[in-house]
Amino acid sequence: MTGADAIVKCLEEEGVEYVFGYPGVAICPFYNSILDSPVRTILIRTEQNAAHAASGLARVSGKVGVCAVTSGPGATNVITGIATAFADSIPLVCITGQVNSELIGSDVFQEADITGAVESFVKYSYLVKNANEIPRIFKEAFHIANTGRRGPVLIDVPIDIQNAELKKFVYPDSVSMRTYKPTVKGNMVQIKKVAAELTKARRPLICAGGGVLLSGAEGLLREFCEKYEIPVVSTMMGIGVMPTRHPLYFGMVGNNGKPCANRAMNESDLLIMVGARVADRAVNQPDLITNNKVLIHIDVDPAEIGKNVGPTIPLVGDARHIFEDLLRQEMDCEQGDWVSVLNDYKTTMAPRRNPNPAYVDPARFITMLSDKMQEDGVYVADVGQNQIWSCGYHIVRKGRFLTSGGMGTMGYSIPAAMGARLADKDRQVIAVCGDGSFQMSMMELATMRQHDIRVKIVVLKNNYLGMVREFQHYTYQDHYSVVDLSGSPDLEKLSGAYDLKFLRLENMDQADEVIDEFLEKDESVLLECIIDPMDLVK
Amino acid sequence: MKRIYSVSVENRSGVLCKVAGLFSRRCFNIDSLAVGETDDPAVSCMTIVSSGDKRTIEQIEKQLNKKLDVIKVKTFDEAVSISRELLLMKVKYNRNNRRDIMEICDIMNARIVDMSKSMMLIQMCDTPDRIQLFIGMFKSVSIVEVARTGTLALQKCAETD
Repeated sequence: MTGADAIVKCLEEEGVEYVFGYPGVAICPFYNSILDSPVRTILIRTEQNAAHAASGLARVSGKVGVCAVTSGPGATNVITGIATAFADSIPLVCITGQVNSELIGSDVFQEADITGAVESFVKYSYLVKNANEIPRIFKEAFHIANTGRRGPVLIDVPIDIQNAELKKFVYPDSVSMRTYKPTVKGNMVQIKKVAAELTKARRPLICAGGGVLLSGAEGLLREFCEKYEIPVVSTMMGIGVMPTRHPLYFGMVGNNGKPCANRAMNESDLLIMVGARVADRAVNQPDLITNNKVLIHIDVDPAEIGKNVGPTIPLVGDARHIFEDLLRQEMDCEQGDWVSVLNDYKTTMAPRRNPNPAYVDPARFITMLSDKMQEDGVYVADVGQNQIWSCGYHIVRKGRFLTSGGMGTMGYSIPAAMGARLADKDRQVIAVCGDGSFQMSMMELATMRQHDIRVKIVVLKNNYLGMVREFQHYTYQDHYSVVDLSGSPDLEKLSGAYDLKFLRLENMDQADEVIDEFLEKDESVLLECIIDPMDLVK
Repeated sequence: MKRIYSVSVENRSGVLCKVAGLFSRRCFNIDSLAVGETDDPAVSCMTIVSSGDKRTIEQIEKQLNKKLDVIKVKTFDEAVSISRELLLMKVKYNRNNRRDIMEICDIMNARIVDMSKSMMLIQMCDTPDRIQLFIGMFKSVSIVEVARTGTLALQKCAETD
């Protein structure tokens, strides 16, 4: 058995269904071996999107997403995708081909020091030096990626190692690493302290981050907040922890969040931040959430606790274990009219928009779309104004909301939606992007066609890089620089070129019928919505 | 605030780079760094001296612990540790200052380990402060070359060990 065969066998052992990637000479032994395997390969059109597609698959399936690319430019192209997954703690295993071991360091054709280059964006990386190490390394890599705080792991495999013969292939049952033992169970003393503080609190609030979804704790969190009637807000990555119309949910916090959610954060007397990094976009002034309140910070990564704010009670552990333990505590919570106060804020502080009737109103369109889409469908938002409108107006019922929250990588939505669709072919998957972000990933329309991946795409078209234009509008008094998207393709013709169904919506008059037609059949469709170029998210 | 980190790491290629990279990536200072094998050849010990406020010091320890090649991080104050540094220094001398140099070496417990007609090579092993002081004494003499190992430190022996 060769090293390449062994890698494929490892993927089979891990139950991997799909590998996203792009071949090149240095990864050819692997792509040769995988032909005879049940593991399916998806030829992505640029390597960055291999990591995004693997990320979409990982988020929906809870399994590790896998991509495999060649050395040099293949490996460096995938870095942005890896960094995007790292910022959102998404479990990936990324295999990169490498030049012959003996040539490493001599700057030969398509050589890149990829383990060195991705060091600050991966949870761990390996450079395989002996084919016999492949089973152990892959076992460890999958374990590292999908335990503790999830994240990407990169394995660089020189071509001679892929071609070398293994003495014997034995896939290890377990991992033993003296340097890696993440704490997942919360400390009982700390949990009892949390219960005691909650009993005293009159205005408690939970702020849920992406970590809740990564640990699969959303059901337990819901049970907990319902049991004690504790209101919940979320960060961008935490959207979907609570159904949007849940009576105890008050929306997304932060710069681009709901005013009532931010007010709830400021006025609460006890705040539980769970699976959230307390990053600048969610919590602009960290001192505001520590000043007049008890702050409880729950995270599986000890380094996140105290990084941006110093909590009253730090609690290290996986959200699922912690909520299981918290639900076993007996508490006497009484908070008077806190929830009804927040409900008043929700009605009085609702943002008002004055949409231009000549165009599609993205806010109303997104709400209509989410009400009509399948209840458990996956909505993937890209980056830009479309993302902020999606966060504000998409209604999550039982589905998922995916976006690149930490890194804000444009072009994320289409490849991630393809990965999400492959993770579960019974679910409707919709990617919503702007005309800027669409053009960063439009080459993937070919991948969709080639592998019959049925993803529905909405392009909110305004002929501008809208988010930057909006920033220039406020910061540079409409002194627009390099944000005009003239020269963009005719999307109808483009859809024709890819043999893709195309729809256009020019204003809200036909919204009902067009959305129905867009969603009606299980097929790929591209829907272009013409929105007001001067529309603002704020 | 100065802090000493004694970090046991897997003795593999690239680990020094990962640890040093962590410091630069997060804008932590490195005042001194010394690396060497321990009694176990699979384990290296890095002694890192860093400074920063309380939160930075705590973050450094947490971020070090997060690295998968790091086995153990011990952190302590200078006050509870014994720290040493080795200095090798080449100086030019002449008939007028030769005795002075020898006297300073004597007082500071340094040794002259090599010499020629015009140069001396001095060795000194002491605390980083005293090394600094010693180098300062040679300001008026012409220093040709200086090599320092960086601080090595271990916690003082306590009954709890």
